[in-house]
Amino acid sequence: MSKGLWAPRQPPSAWCWNLAWQAGHARAFRLKLQVRVASGQPELPPKQASWTELAKSINNHHPIFPHAFNATMEVLLGITGKDFTLIAASKAAMRGVTILKASDDKTRQLNKHTLMAFNGEAGDTVQFAEYIQANAQLYSMRNDTDLSPSALANFVRGELASSLRSRKPYNVNLLLGGVDPITHKPSLYWLDYLAALAPVPYAAHGYAQYYCLSILDKHHHPDITLVQGMKLLNLCTDELKRRLPIDFKGMIVKAVTKDGIVDMEIDNDKVVKCA
Amino acid sequence: MSRRYDSRTTIFSPDGRLYQVEYALEAISHAGTAIGILAKDGIVLAAERKVTSKLLEQDTSAEKLYILNDNMICAVAGMTADANILINYARQAAQRYLLTYNEDIPCEQLVRRLCDLKQGYTQHGGLRPFGVSFIYAGWDPQRQFQLYLSNPSGNYGGWKATSSGANHASAQSLLKQDFKEDCTLKEACGTAVKVLSKTMDSTKLSSEKIEFATVGQTEDGKIYHKLWSAEEITALLKEHDLAKDETAEDK
Repeated sequence: MSKGLWAPRQPPSAWCWNLAWQAGHARAFRLKLQVRVASGQPELPPKQASWTELAKSINNHHPIFPHAFNATMEVLLGITGKDFTLIAASKAAMRGVTILKASDDKTRQLNKHTLMAFNGEAGDTVQFAEYIQANAQLYSMRNDTDLSPSALANFVRGELASSLRSRKPYNVNLLLGGVDPITHKPSLYWLDYLAALAPVPYAAHGYAQYYCLSILDKHHHPDITLVQGMKLLNLCTDELKRRLPIDFKGMIVKAVTKDGIVDMEIDNDKVVKCA
Repeated sequence: MSRRYDSRTTIFSPDGRLYQVEYALEAISHAGTAIGILAKDGIVLAAERKVTSKLLEQDTSAEKLYILNDNMICAVAGMTADANILINYARQAAQRYLLTYNEDIPCEQLVRRLCDLKQGYTQHGGLRPFGVSFIYAGWDPQRQFQLYLSNPSGNYGGWKATSSGANHASAQSLLKQDFKEDCTLKEACGTAVKVLSKTMDSTKLSSEKIEFATVGQTEDGKIYHKLWSAEEITALLKEHDLAKDETAEDK
């Protein structure tokens, strides 16, 4: 087993004791254990194994993303309308099936008109999001003008793409929503850790995709108002409460409009019984 | 006497001047005139091309007007060789921005990038400053059509109409007289040739002696820039009765 590949990043400076660093340590240690228990390299499947089994065995031993092929139960939702973009994120901070915190805010404001929501590997997420946030704010300071949501989305994609090709890539999935400061057009961008970027009218990340995209397919319209958007979002969260095996501890909902970003009220205590 | 202070660009003279920068500005005021006029629906750049010899192969391409990116062009006054370095730098900066943000670089940012480079040569030792002034014409979504002038010191400013190079003082006062707020691009082209015809040595103009370029907007809102062909320049000169009488010369 090569020691170098799993060695955690050397601390470049003062941030060495932040969460990302510690998470990096923990992960590397965990991986070493895993590999040791499995006594070295993963065994090759028998020759008559089906293609699906082969794919599964490769996926389970992916060297860089041990959890990459597992969709997360952390919920991210985004909906655009006539003059707004809604971003919603579940409040549960999870590690495996364990909930560590019930008031987690998985969003960061990049500038006056742009909001980003993220999930993925703990530590990576906040580190990456705040790195993007700092760059967006630096740009605004230097140039006396904000980057548009589309420019920011492309910037994030570039950063993710170069990270993906580094020794230890960020494992972060993102939704980036905003309203163009000049044209006032709302927009929403879906990004994953493989640096895929897509402008979309509505979006979801993780298991939420399986439950919500069909609802959004049926009910979404580009001209909906903010009130209609919230109703649509409630349809989605109700379905998630009905179907998801874990309690995601409710959602934090924010709306981006031409006047800025506002927190939206949502009834997280509503009980939805499974059929 | 001033030898003590002008051998290095970076040293102030006792009366607080940087002689090398002032000499660079002086060099520019011997170069061909360049002017730029901002109209409500576009920008026109015009430049005088100095014909040094009849034997010199006439360059068909522009030598004083350059395209920086899809929504920006510039006119050069000063040393063409220095300008080539800066233009290459500007084009790379513009493409790098496009690669990072998938958007064209805002005009003022590109101007500032160039001016930061120019300024560096007035402060770091041992090198001479760039002997070039640029007039930039461009468009961006935030501030629409914009016209800038920059000089070797690294200063820049936004203008409604401006000039650089030989006779720029008289060109500037002519522009001040003739400039109309909210003029159309067509009117601005007329003003540009009139000002050039008065500031240039020869009384009659021809397409060999001037270069012309415009930035404008098509009917469907797309931004275009155009370096004018010799025929188009000749037509414009004829329209304003400034063309050299070709039949007279043939005789």
